[in-house]
Amino acid sequence: MTDTPADRLARATPQPVARRIRGLSDRAIAWIFVAPTIFLLLSVNIFPLIWTIRLSFTNFAANKPNAEVKWVGLRNYTRILTDADTWANMQTTAHFLIWTITFQVLIGFSLAWLINRKFKGNDLVTTLIVIPMMLSPAVVGNFWTFLYQPQIGLVNYAVEFLTGIPADSFSMLGPGGWARWAIVIVDTWMWTPFVMLICLAGLRSIPDYIYEAAEVDRASKWRQFWTITLPMALPFLMLAVLFRGIENFRMFDLVVLLTGGGPGNETLLASIDLKREAFEKWRTGYSSAYAIVLFVTVFGLASIYVKALNKVKER
Amino acid sequence: MSAHSVTEPSPASKWIAGILVGLYAVITLIPLIWIISTSFKSGPDSISYPPKVVFQPTLEGYVNLFTTQSRASVEDLAKLPAPTTWYDKITRERGMIISGPSRFGQRFLNSVIIGFGSTFLSIFLGTLAAYAFSRFKVPLKDDLLFFILSTRMMPPIAVAIPIYLMFRQLGLSDTHLGMILLYTAVNLSLSVWLLKGFIDEIPREYEEAALIDGYTRFQAFYKVVLPQAATGIASTAIFCLIFAWNEYAFAVLLTSGNAQTAPPFIPTILSVGGGIDWPAVAAAATLFLLPVIIFTVLLRKHLLRGITFGAVRK
Repeated sequence: MTDTPADRLARATPQPVARRIRGLSDRAIAWIFVAPTIFLLLSVNIFPLIWTIRLSFTNFAANKPNAEVKWVGLRNYTRILTDADTWANMQTTAHFLIWTITFQVLIGFSLAWLINRKFKGNDLVTTLIVIPMMLSPAVVGNFWTFLYQPQIGLVNYAVEFLTGIPADSFSMLGPGGWARWAIVIVDTWMWTPFVMLICLAGLRSIPDYIYEAAEVDRASKWRQFWTITLPMALPFLMLAVLFRGIENFRMFDLVVLLTGGGPGNETLLASIDLKREAFEKWRTGYSSAYAIVLFVTVFGLASIYVKALNKVKER
Repeated sequence: MSAHSVTEPSPASKWIAGILVGLYAVITLIPLIWIISTSFKSGPDSISYPPKVVFQPTLEGYVNLFTTQSRASVEDLAKLPAPTTWYDKITRERGMIISGPSRFGQRFLNSVIIGFGSTFLSIFLGTLAAYAFSRFKVPLKDDLLFFILSTRMMPPIAVAIPIYLMFRQLGLSDTHLGMILLYTAVNLSLSVWLLKGFIDEIPREYEEAALIDGYTRFQAFYKVVLPQAATGIASTAIFCLIFAWNEYAFAVLLTSGNAQTAPPFIPTILSVGGGIDWPAVAAAATLFLLPVIIFTVLLRKHLLRGITFGAVRK
């Protein structure tokens, strides 16, 4: 037990004074407690971010640390924004983003709505359903590659079994245009439970008396769904979309292991392209500018979205 | 049958809902069950078409995962003394000899070290910061809290470039310490936000009573608040552990040998030799996923809170 002079003084003095002395040391404690966290975050997040901004105006290449570094002004940025490939990657990212969110919201909300009927064993089933989202994307990407194998994979077999289309006539990850849907399927498989959980919380937050009042007014179930259930669960649904949107905009692990961006550039999402530029072509300056562009995009879109979300909440 | 209130769903609709959700659960778990069952298949069984549901289980995949092997001719095999262990036996039956351990064991150990190290650090620092944010007047509190959260929005690749350069300068690239610090920083946003929520729920009166009894702030913190927050701390720790355990992007960019964790290693099993040893890949996936599945079941009550950074508390 530490017994500092301040403590002894605190005990010896009457209450109000003692509190003031402790109040002073509270501030010191607050700083001691918060400082390490802030320090670590500054050095692993903010400092690198500032460094990235600085690098983005140069032609630095990390694999040639001794080469002369030239200041190139905005050249990296103008190149990125005028490059047709960048826009193609953005479209690929948008395709991935829009379809994953659409499927996850539709399936996730329906599941939550069904689970909210509180049938027997709903807790157990909910726990089973959420397992996919807790798994490592690296391992998930890896074993879905196995399921997608054209000759031996379970997915192709299931398709043949259900529709009669021969299993070796198409390849989910190969050429033929299926790859961009293959990644949507895996992401939906993995993250639908996430949307489901948040929607479930939203549905459970609706108090019973509102439905009781609606029954008294003889509102049909259909009407109750559109005027009570959906609007009241909407802020939660929008929160889920925000989380998934940010995550999928920066999606890297799952897709890089499923397709690596291929075949060709069919599934080349922005952050996979960024990884190629930064760690395979070693265009550090250029890729730093690219990273900043992506960061600003996601931050900008997210802030607009949060404003909309707050408006919905206020209603 | 008892009378139903108007808000209670009818038994029929409960049944239908139960069946539909159960059906979804079965379909969504098939890929997982398939991987686990593949890990117990022999090489030929794993690639047979149509896929085999009933098969003779073997631990071949697991043995292949943990060992490196070389092919031996029938004469050579005959010359060797009889196999002494079960894994020797499994390998010899396929005309192979074990020549040594594979690198998987070491990668798995790296995952454990880095996972637990970073979890401990982020919980330690996170609890302190969360307590301060919850109980004291910290200047610019809301801004600091938002700053802590916003660090989660950055694309990992965006900060990976300077972190790569920084680690190279400091001698931290491909070290356990480097990865522990990095994962701690990533997890801190989660641990501070979650733990602040848990500590906010503990009534202040407990500490005030302790302070009046002559406890110092520190004593009140670790004798009164910490025991009360134990459940919250435990579930936050599991979330941090799962993140560090699963993380791929930083691991693949910043480690290569010494400190490489299992997620970047497992995909490389795919490309060993000519044919892919699917049972070994499935065995790696199974071993790696099993702890997470167990933790998920333990966590189920706090899951929602964890995935939304405490924004939704139920």
